[in-house]
Amino acid sequence: MKCSGGEIIIRLLEEQGIDKIAGIPGGANLPMYHALAKSDKIQHILARHEQGAGFIAQGIARTTGKAAVCFATSGPGVMNLLTAIADAKLDSIPLVAITGQIPSSLVGTDAFQEVDTCGLAIPITKHNFFVSSAKELFHILPEAFRVAEEGRPGPVIIDIPKDVQLEEIEIDIWPAKDRNNERSIDIYMNNDKAIASLEDIDQLAEMINGSKKPLLYIGGGILQSNSHKLLYDFAKKNSIPVASTLMGLGCFPSNDPLYLGMLGMHGAPYTNLILNETDLLIAFGVRFDDRATGKIAEFCPKASIIHVDIDPAELDKNKSTNFSLAADIRLVLDELILSIEENQREGWIKEITAIKEDYPFPMKKKEDAYHPLNLIKSIGSMVEDDTIITTDVGQHQMWVAQAYPFQKPRTLLTSGGLGTMGFGLPTAIGAALANPDKKVICVSGDGSILMNLQELATLADLNLNITIIILNNGVLGMVRQLQELFFQETYISTKFVTNPDFASIAKNFGIKGYDFKNNQEPEGTLQKILSLSEPCVINIPIDSSENVMPTVPPGAANHQMIGGKKYA
Amino acid sequence: MPRTTDVIIQLTVNNHPGVMSNITGLFTRRAFNLEGILCGRLEDTKTSKMYLLVNNDNRINQIIKQLEKLYDVLEVSICTNCDYEVFDNIHQLIQGK
Repeated sequence: MKCSGGEIIIRLLEEQGIDKIAGIPGGANLPMYHALAKSDKIQHILARHEQGAGFIAQGIARTTGKAAVCFATSGPGVMNLLTAIADAKLDSIPLVAITGQIPSSLVGTDAFQEVDTCGLAIPITKHNFFVSSAKELFHILPEAFRVAEEGRPGPVIIDIPKDVQLEEIEIDIWPAKDRNNERSIDIYMNNDKAIASLEDIDQLAEMINGSKKPLLYIGGGILQSNSHKLLYDFAKKNSIPVASTLMGLGCFPSNDPLYLGMLGMHGAPYTNLILNETDLLIAFGVRFDDRATGKIAEFCPKASIIHVDIDPAELDKNKSTNFSLAADIRLVLDELILSIEENQREGWIKEITAIKEDYPFPMKKKEDAYHPLNLIKSIGSMVEDDTIITTDVGQHQMWVAQAYPFQKPRTLLTSGGLGTMGFGLPTAIGAALANPDKKVICVSGDGSILMNLQELATLADLNLNITIIILNNGVLGMVRQLQELFFQETYISTKFVTNPDFASIAKNFGIKGYDFKNNQEPEGTLQKILSLSEPCVINIPIDSSENVMPTVPPGAANHQMIGGKKYA
Repeated sequence: MPRTTDVIIQLTVNNHPGVMSNITGLFTRRAFNLEGILCGRLEDTKTSKMYLLVNNDNRINQIIKQLEKLYDVLEVSICTNCDYEVFDNIHQLIQGK
């Protein structure tokens, strides 16, 4: 049997269980697409920009936990993909990007559409592979999936010259699937390094049982390790309050009394103040990011620190710990939950309740129906709790993080690490493709949505159940806010001179569009629109002077936040 | 003889194109200082040995952990019995003395 490189790629992807690939064809990846045309197992999603394709793959990966695939051609195709790859790296999202490269004989000659893909990939991927012959594909492709999913997940680029895609090789027997490469969300269960010893567990239990005011600081590692249920039982058993990072939202039910909400730069006043009081910070699946910790030297000043993360390089990176463990949190929790005592912690809980009452989150009056926090809260009350929310980046993103009642993991998809405007729409498309039974809502702003607006065409092609809500303030709101607060109200280049009619734009893409410009009853109309299951865009005007509060000034400690009391 | 100001990190790496830029790229991206590199292929293997001369500061553990994460890096250790004069000789070569 003769097989071309392109055919081998597609068949190996089928063997990995891939059923959707987002991408754009071009000169250097045509042979792969030629082989893809013959596949009845893989659906190709034609994006309108490679960055869109990358984020569609992210939407699939972020909701399933498994590596998703995107295709791009050489040169500009690769360049356009890079932002989505870097985004996946910073949020630890498993992605396999397969890029076409110009023929090997031309590499290094500055040929048409040539860029050094592997060179560009180095700082923004977990690893990159350059394929120099078709037979290497049998090793490299499964290996790329293993690397992307194992341990701390991340993106991998496979760069394949056109001649390798065309190369025909004789295959007597198709190589058997390597059992070690069996894909599963539990893949790192087999990783010996990820297991904690009994001594480790004993020490952890001793520290927790002995502490008076423990506090859990959780992040994306909880959802990556699929340990939210265990975490819940663990926190409940020992009555440990839980503060979450942006990436961890949804891993602990937001209506639980132990839940403290999001910590850090835009956390509630009480959350950051309670962190000041804890005597034992239990950091699970987090990386002490500056947006979460504020001035690191003053973060949790009274606490001993326990840090568990699958990536050893995160331990003691930003903050020295008293005890750290490079391990899979689920395996740790599995054991640890048996060793911790049941404890009501009445004194600590009472203290927390008092701080919560004295320093509440500054919600606006309910009557102000167009206040973004109220809008987001009411959206949360209208939809099922398995609804997937994607956001773009900026004020609306923080309002979602502050006010949306997340109950389940993987229901918030947001660009946490890189903070990529334009993330929301294509990621929503990927999420909807992977979750046809769920509603997807993309909350965006009038700045962000324009950064990948072309994907409305992809959405129209696919007719998915996605509602895009544009909180429209006519400015780059988060930057405007920074200019107001920290640059003496000197506004430059944050107010848009013109503002497009988003409802009409949607209609011209073939999608329903609504404008709330003259709508006195936004809640009622929202309810009606959200009960439908078709793609649509809703433009909601909001006040451009509205700020995300509270906020921690640059370089300040979390407890020095401003704008908490004023609004209370 | 180890010195207090510098440390030599010894690496065993897969010998294929791109490994060197993966390693130097890490140093650039993480803003670690890299004072010198020595590299050579191990006979009859597909691996190479690399020696990196770096400043001995409080980031050394982080550098080692980040190096260990690189796909093509097979072994990382701090070289305790390396002859630092090797790098001194190279220094002389570079300076043309």
